[in-house]
Amino acid sequence: MNDLSHLPTLLPLTLTDVAFRHRGQTLLQGINLAFGASGRTIVLGPNGAGKSLLMRLCHGLLQPSAGTVRWAALRDSGRSIRRRQSMVFQRPVLLRRSAIANVEYALAVQGVGRRERRRHAAEALEYFGLASLAHRMARVLSGGEQQRLALARAWAMRPEILFLDEPTSALDPSATKAVEDAVQAFHDRGTRIVMSTHDLGQARRLADDVVFLCRGRLLERTPAIEFFQQPRTAEATAFLHGELVW
Amino acid sequence: MTGGNPFATALELILERDPVLVGIVGLSLQVSLTAVAIAAVLALPLGAVVALFRFPGRGIVVAGLNALMGLPPVVAGLMVYLLLSRAGPLGSWGLLFTPTAMVIAQTLLVFPIIAALSRQVVEDLWEEYSEQLRSLGASRLRAIPTLLWDARFSLLTGVLAGFGRASAEVGAVLIVGGNIDGVTRVMTTAIALETSRGDLPLALGLGIVLLLLVMLVNSAAHLVSEQAKRRLG
Repeated sequence: MNDLSHLPTLLPLTLTDVAFRHRGQTLLQGINLAFGASGRTIVLGPNGAGKSLLMRLCHGLLQPSAGTVRWAALRDSGRSIRRRQSMVFQRPVLLRRSAIANVEYALAVQGVGRRERRRHAAEALEYFGLASLAHRMARVLSGGEQQRLALARAWAMRPEILFLDEPTSALDPSATKAVEDAVQAFHDRGTRIVMSTHDLGQARRLADDVVFLCRGRLLERTPAIEFFQQPRTAEATAFLHGELVW
Repeated sequence: MTGGNPFATALELILERDPVLVGIVGLSLQVSLTAVAIAAVLALPLGAVVALFRFPGRGIVVAGLNALMGLPPVVAGLMVYLLLSRAGPLGSWGLLFTPTAMVIAQTLLVFPIIAALSRQVVEDLWEEYSEQLRSLGASRLRAIPTLLWDARFSLLTGVLAGFGRASAEVGAVLIVGGNIDGVTRVMTTAIALETSRGDLPLALGLGIVLLLLVMLVNSAAHLVSEQAKRRLG
């Protein structure tokens, strides 16, 4: 499963006129967006702008009410496409078993053989500095360790694209730094990064480009340098100045 | 095995290890534990399937399972009696008034309790796990063993409740077992018999032994699960 060369590439991911409605409310609409084969996109926007929703729609956890979410590897079924992406959530959900068993579980679902599972899982834990905690129960690890374990789990799955939904919003500075380093490591390995955050400093450090959402609409998609110096929309300017955007 | 004080009688019964009593206790445990084991193997996955899948009539199944938790033991006994009696559809199996018939009746009683609890527990856990497991690419079918395993300590409570019901009921085992001395006599039917005979100290003594047994099994399971919860987080 780790030899991706024979597979048609998953990316780019293209969203066309995507809308999402829930209980009569339109939460996202008119989203047209493409994610190419590499790079780090940071999704910014005030609370309730639809950042998490957008990533869940991309990842396939939610189905759009209108429009299409399309991967380049069209012929694959939904689940096999899901297995070539990963998502790290704000609060990681870990199974009630050891740290290494959590990573092995994800690989087992992907259909990796037993011996290979163990090896890949151990490597991933080692890489994220969790080797000494491999046999500790995942649920008793600290918040920062749990998030690193979630990243190690994603690492072992070797995704082509990694979604991160405010992965550091509950973490202290050193754990936040560890997550940012991990994102960088994924990027260096060629994984496409799509991440939402409320931490503008973090966004500046990590972004190649910025997707700015407000009230369920995509207001701009701008290269990072340009976005932080001279955003195109008034809403983004206000957002960067810490003003309420409504 | 006579005397005025039921506690003395109970103590005497335990200390003497009266072979008749040992036989009765052994059969009680054997019948109830077998019934609980069979019911658990069937009901845990069934509860999980009902929790995870949407199908027509699901609401009726859920309501039915919840309602059947209160199935009166005598009714369960009667149903099994009708099935197994000589004129019944399974009469040729010759199971009536055997321990096997008692196991069947108790399985029927315990099944809805474990299934309903399993449904509830797995549904709650799925609420927490669903996004993550779907993100990992797990199908609902693949999620079932994962959820059952991660909920194992909550589910143990349900299995224990099932054991409590099985070991405490008298109606079902009395009807299908017949309370035959040395063959199908268990603790509850023995207590009922001694009470109606007027040997109240013996009946009470047996009652205390039964109580101790149930408490022993429950507290052992409770200890195991508390310790594991602390360890697993």
